Amino acid sequence: MSTQVLERVRSELGAWAQEAVISHGVLVINAPTGGVLPLVHMLKGRGFDMFLDVTAVDWLGQAPRLEVVWHFYSTTHKVRVRVKARVTEEQPDVDSLVPLYGSAAFMERECHEMYGIRFRGNNDLRPLLLYEGFVGFPLRKDYAKEQEQPLVPYREGFQ
Amino acid sequence: MNDKVIPIRSEPTGAFEYISTKKDELVGWARKFSLFPYPFVTACCAMEFMAVSSTPYDTDRFGAALPRFSPRQSDLLMVVGTINHKQAPILLKVYEQMCEPKWVMAFGACATSGGFYQNYATLLGVDRIVPVDVYIPGCPPRPEMVIDGIMKLQDKIAHERHPILTKAF
Repeated sequence: MSTQVLERVRSELGAWAQEAVISHGVLVINAPTGGVLPLVHMLKGRGFDMFLDVTAVDWLGQAPRLEVVWHFYSTTHKVRVRVKARVTEEQPDVDSLVPLYGSAAFMERECHEMYGIRFRGNNDLRPLLLYEGFVGFPLRKDYAKEQEQPLVPYREGFQ
Repeated sequence: MNDKVIPIRSEPTGAFEYISTKKDELVGWARKFSLFPYPFVTACCAMEFMAVSSTPYDTDRFGAALPRFSPRQSDLLMVVGTINHKQAPILLKVYEQMCEPKWVMAFGACATSGGFYQNYATLLGVDRIVPVDVYIPGCPPRPEMVIDGIMKLQDKIAHERHPILTKAF
């Protein structure tokens, strides 16, 4: 039944329909970087009223390198949709979804500090889990796991 | 010659009236039974801390049952759980606010060495920022291991020097 709902949503996608597949009961849409905001606006009008999360994937070695992933949920149809968009390392900009979903603000802050994605329109991208002065993006693949940035000087005998 | 009897002042009761000891042993004996822990509890080891604090294991036997939530009233800092770099300044501040004499217990694998974490966020052992007296291994430690740690700390307190007058005093 959820597949029928997703097929109907997919048929209404128009130009994006050929980039959309249903995978493991989730509708997956590959969107162009600039087209995320109108696509999500359309999805919200189709009943996807809950913003689940935004995160990113670092495809090190590929171009464009970073992929931003959003998940939305429909509380009426009980189905999920996933939207993906690729951004380059040099210009990791996507549109903020705060105008559509207020709950996106915190998750965009986290995605910004962990992957360095810049969300156009979100004016509060201060560190959320990290601290002021942290250099780099720790969840990118080229951040070494041994790289620590302690706030307190270590005692004698420790580095 | 037998007429001269030394008068007895009072009848002997059989109880101790005088004991002789050393100052460090006496102070150490007193201090080891009045540990007031400050629980700096950050992670899942908290469950095991609750277990060891509750009735079946009864840390009150060691005089270490009553947690003080002010560092100024406590003398044992129990670091229970993972400490990350963002929390490290808070832990150091709590430690510095405690009055001498003070001891630190690293409770569990994460507080001891960072546990299975090695990443941008985790402090790899609290001994990097505060001196630690007792390390308790385990993820999480069994209550018996915590009690063993408390007893080891008591031994340490009983056998260390306890200067009454210090330079700072």
